Amino acid sequence: MTQLATNQSPDIPEGKTAGPWREAWTGFKKSKAALAGAFIVLFFVALALVGPLIAPEGINEQDITKRLMAPSSAHWFGTDDLGRDILSRVIHGSRISLWVGFFSVIGSVVVGSALGIIAGYYGRWVDTVISRLFDIMLAFPSILLAIAIVSVLGPSLRNALIAIAVINVPNFGRLIRSKVLSIKQDEYITAARGIGMRDTRILFSHILPNSMAPVIVQGTLAVATAILEAAALGFLGLGAQAPAPEWGKMLADARNYLRDAPWTMIFPGLAIMLTVLGFNLMGDGLRDALDPRMKN
Amino acid sequence: MVGKPKVLSVNGLRTSFFTDGGIVPAVDGISFDLYEGEILGIVGESGCGKSVTSLSIMGLVPSPPGKITGGEILYGGRDLTKLKEREMRKVRGNDIAMIFQEPMTSLNPLFTIGSQMTEALLIHTNLGKRKARRRAAEMLKLVGLPRVEEIMDEYPHQLSGGMRQRVMIAMALVCEPNILIADEPTTALDVTIQAQILKLMKKLNERLDTAVLLITHDLGVVAETCGRVIVMYAGQIVEEGPVTEIFRNPQHPYTEGLLKSVPDMRFKQERLEPIPGNVPRPGAIRHGCRFAARCPYRFDRCTAEDPELYGTQPGHFARCFLRDKKEETAHDETLVES
Repeated sequence: MTQLATNQSPDIPEGKTAGPWREAWTGFKKSKAALAGAFIVLFFVALALVGPLIAPEGINEQDITKRLMAPSSAHWFGTDDLGRDILSRVIHGSRISLWVGFFSVIGSVVVGSALGIIAGYYGRWVDTVISRLFDIMLAFPSILLAIAIVSVLGPSLRNALIAIAVINVPNFGRLIRSKVLSIKQDEYITAARGIGMRDTRILFSHILPNSMAPVIVQGTLAVATAILEAAALGFLGLGAQAPAPEWGKMLADARNYLRDAPWTMIFPGLAIMLTVLGFNLMGDGLRDALDPRMKN
Repeated sequence: MVGKPKVLSVNGLRTSFFTDGGIVPAVDGISFDLYEGEILGIVGESGCGKSVTSLSIMGLVPSPPGKITGGEILYGGRDLTKLKEREMRKVRGNDIAMIFQEPMTSLNPLFTIGSQMTEALLIHTNLGKRKARRRAAEMLKLVGLPRVEEIMDEYPHQLSGGMRQRVMIAMALVCEPNILIADEPTTALDVTIQAQILKLMKKLNERLDTAVLLITHDLGVVAETCGRVIVMYAGQIVEEGPVTEIFRNPQHPYTEGLLKSVPDMRFKQERLEPIPGNVPRPGAIRHGCRFAARCPYRFDRCTAEDPELYGTQPGHFARCFLRDKKEETAHDETLVES
């Protein structure tokens, strides 16, 4: 408290006071790793947005005379077995991976939060039904469940996204449920009831905003795993289909040339690693900034 | 208190918790009246049913497992226990308001003081946002907060405990309720702030003529603020009377024990005398006086029969056989001697 009181006044513009988000940003800024993570994430987001403009070649421009060329000044990341520029494909791929990562997580968060809030707030048999459903889903290894879902829906990038969203629902659902259960007991909820506020309003204006911090953290980390899962499904041939430059799919196509042309595998692999690392670092930083237990 | 009208009348209230371990009657048939403009204290050890009494009046007993199983709470000609949730919502905050023990956790950390202050006004009155805000600011001024306009835009974590409790009091009083229930309002504060808050509550009580039900375990708080006091033990009222009477001449051995376990600066005491043992689990004692096991004056009748509230003086009652006329002569001397 005292520490807060001393640093807050100078850098806050007049008329604005330190809200919880501003405070979280102050905490986030303190961690160098978190900032590095945020930088990496921003870099890939920018790449996905302007990628097609800066990529030297299109994704499907083949030059059969230049197959499996080592990195050079003409092709920075080398070329693949069909003579396509790997740098261009990696840049284009960022759009696919981030798209899958963000939207699958948004899907899981929305569905998971709704189920979790209902389970946590209404309790009793509703809670039992929803929680057991989550338990059943969590009993499967997640990649196996994703494979099963894609097999039913048919292999495509969109279905891979849906599968990834579905398998992550129980994680968010349980997180929100436990948060709602603990917030429900907080005195300000009783106090809100004490001034005559109705249940739905309490749920949406008091319980929901207060349970969002861990979801933001978990969501950031989940983008990383979703990207990995999408790559894994792509690698197995269940995600993006050729000729889409999905990073996992590129790895799968490149594995026959691992000995002779390792660059075909190294660069898509590095791209996956870097984005996942970026999201994880950022997620950890957010947790430190948002988790009240981490505050002193 | 004679002459003042009653604002709240609790008759034979019974609130039980239906747990896996059986039915726990946390409040077991208590009756009392609250008069206009008075401060009535309810004291007792933890677990004696004080808080459940206040939550029952507000209709906020956590359910399940809690439930009001009997009795009535009369307010303005209506029985609050029979009101529908929708009607009860109109009573809460508007007619009867409550402040809680923990000022640190009673405010939502994500909203500004101003927005939380105006919430009750927006629910219960037709005031527009701007007018509600002005009203809220006036109330904050009334509870003695400095730089009100700034505080309206601040978040709870930026205020100290004492300031937050002032905000809570302002929030509770903003709709000008007839009754304010204060559940241990000063327990979480340090002593100097405690005194300020009590003084403030007394001042507001006189100024706004709000009846206050002050729930506390601290006899010092009662002595400083209340006109009348109810002593609760194991879900029952064991003694009721004017504060000065009860402090000078406690009629129930439990009250006497409570008074002895608090340091008294007027006398040089070697040691405090604690009451041996703990409050029994509600419902554990089915027959006889609930305090019998811990009572130094216990005799055969105490474990055999249930004592009633015996009137000892006008307005002063005690639930003890020592006060029963038949036994009085034999046992009164022992009480006086100690």
